[in-house]
Amino acid sequence: MTVFVIRRLLQSIGVLFATSIIVFLGVYAIGNPVDILIAADATQAERQAAIVALGLDRSLPEQYWIFLTNALQGDFGRSFVFSQPAISLIFARLPATLELAFVALVIALVIGIPLGLIAGLKPRSVTDETIMTGSILGFSLPNFWQGMMLIMIFSVWLGWLPASGRGVVGEVLGVRTSLATWDGIAHLILPALNLALFQLALVIRLTRTGVRETMPLDFVKFARAKGLSERRIVLVHVLKNIMIPVVTVVGMEFGSLIAFAVVTETIFAWPGIGKLLIDSIMVLDRPVVVSYLLVVVTMFIVLNLVVDILYSVLDPRIRLRDAQ
Amino acid sequence: MTAAATQARSETLWRRALDGIVSSPKALVALVLCVALVFIAIFGPWLAPQNPYDLTAIDFFDARLPPMSESMSGSVYLLGTDGQGRDMLSAMIYGLRTSLGVGLLSGLVALLLGTALGLVAAYFGGRVDAMIMRTVDLMLGLPTILIALMLLAILGQGVWKVILALVLVQWALFARAVRAAALVERGKEYVEAAASLGLSKPRILFGHLLPNCMPPIIVVGTLQVANAISAEATLSFLGIGLPITEPSLGLLISNGYQTLLSGQYWISVYPGLLLLVLVFSINIVGDRLREVLNPRFAGRS
Repeated sequence: MTVFVIRRLLQSIGVLFATSIIVFLGVYAIGNPVDILIAADATQAERQAAIVALGLDRSLPEQYWIFLTNALQGDFGRSFVFSQPAISLIFARLPATLELAFVALVIALVIGIPLGLIAGLKPRSVTDETIMTGSILGFSLPNFWQGMMLIMIFSVWLGWLPASGRGVVGEVLGVRTSLATWDGIAHLILPALNLALFQLALVIRLTRTGVRETMPLDFVKFARAKGLSERRIVLVHVLKNIMIPVVTVVGMEFGSLIAFAVVTETIFAWPGIGKLLIDSIMVLDRPVVVSYLLVVVTMFIVLNLVVDILYSVLDPRIRLRDAQ
Repeated sequence: MTAAATQARSETLWRRALDGIVSSPKALVALVLCVALVFIAIFGPWLAPQNPYDLTAIDFFDARLPPMSESMSGSVYLLGTDGQGRDMLSAMIYGLRTSLGVGLLSGLVALLLGTALGLVAAYFGGRVDAMIMRTVDLMLGLPTILIALMLLAILGQGVWKVILALVLVQWALFARAVRAAALVERGKEYVEAAASLGLSKPRILFGHLLPNCMPPIIVVGTLQVANAISAEATLSFLGIGLPITEPSLGLLISNGYQTLLSGQYWISVYPGLLLLVLVFSINIVGDRLREVLNPRFAGRS
């Protein structure tokens, strides 16, 4: 077990290291770092001072070392636009994105699992075909267009829900969240739904596959022979078995939700890190871009690591296979 | 293995794919739609009522007209006009050309690159395999959109940069699928026979292994074209994809984003519908191909 965790940990550090090199090379070597990292309206003297301060007069490996040691201390430079440390900007906006992604995930699970169950229990039926075609539609809908259509229908035509912003943010148990007020919840519905749709399609597919693989197994036959009701077999015994793969994949997909939130946040003007990223790319606020990329990749890697370890605890076969 | 036998087998493969599609009404409709859209894209300049990027053809006074309205010169704008007075239908046909072109080209390059690397990884094994597959794991471990964002944030805008980014995020899927198929094939006798005949490695790889790895390549290839079109549209919508000189469907939708709130829905709705139909029908065809070409399902129906 310990060996497995250490191996995974080393792999994760390797990936993070590779990402830092890619981001570093992208920003410092391909583009002109002077243009990228120093504000365009700086005077000649300021530029010179900045070049020395940033160590841009040194060799590339030396520069990477400086970048890395600064980054490890959480220093990614200051945002040109906000004149604050880039990393604190990211952390200030992160809760809004996490909240959005979390609610989207809950929507995807609550709607997706029952639909997947229904489809999987009656394979090749009209209901199954409809649900599965619906899930392909879910994969195919351009996320940004779908968001615009939600705004058009529910905000412009029906006037039921607000189209942008986060609404009034309240506090529950010390956490600031939109879920605390009705206004906040109303603002959250459309963006969360928009973000959830892709995951919803994925959950449907995973659940359906799980049901189809589990139903012919012996323990289901045994439960039937024991005289358990079909309802109990499906909702308790089968569901329990398919939850492991569903939760694992969905757990790993949480990172994708955060990355995909870029699109949803842009459309619904949700003040999270995704919108911050796009705004920063537009005005070439590179320190913020670099911080975003490294923070999100780190989150992604940590998430994968945690899911992997949890999974190996739940299912020892994984660990054994990996050791071979 | 003779050339005739190879040809016979690849014929049955395409035959099986086609039969599979024809036997499902849904997939058949989707395939017909795909073919029709490709046709429209190819012959677009002759089919479009107007060249939307010819400044002499458009009239600014016709800007933001709703669908079915009459132009200053008496013709009818079937789907209305955009903010510059362009005929939406024509702009969509030209946008379709760009979207399909970028999607197909990046899908094809990713297919070639990924297939070659997957074959090499499977055949040579050892350190080469480990190096290629670690890179694949790295690419597939991060969400596509994040890698594309990262690349474009660094590289900047441009048609070729978008294609490069799309190739870089897609090749790994091909490599993984091809490697898995090739590993199974490599253990078979015909590969051993070819090697003992003294055939060169490239010839064994591309002449013998490759034809037997076609099913996953076809399936992944189809689905990836749909993904590439979607991804390009998303990036263009975010303003970091194609430049405004190459308006794809994503960019057209983006143009209508501001006017949507004031009720001029047609500028975004119709290009979006076209994009949806395009991606949806490619996905339906791909899904059906996966069902009929997947070795796990083959021979069961």
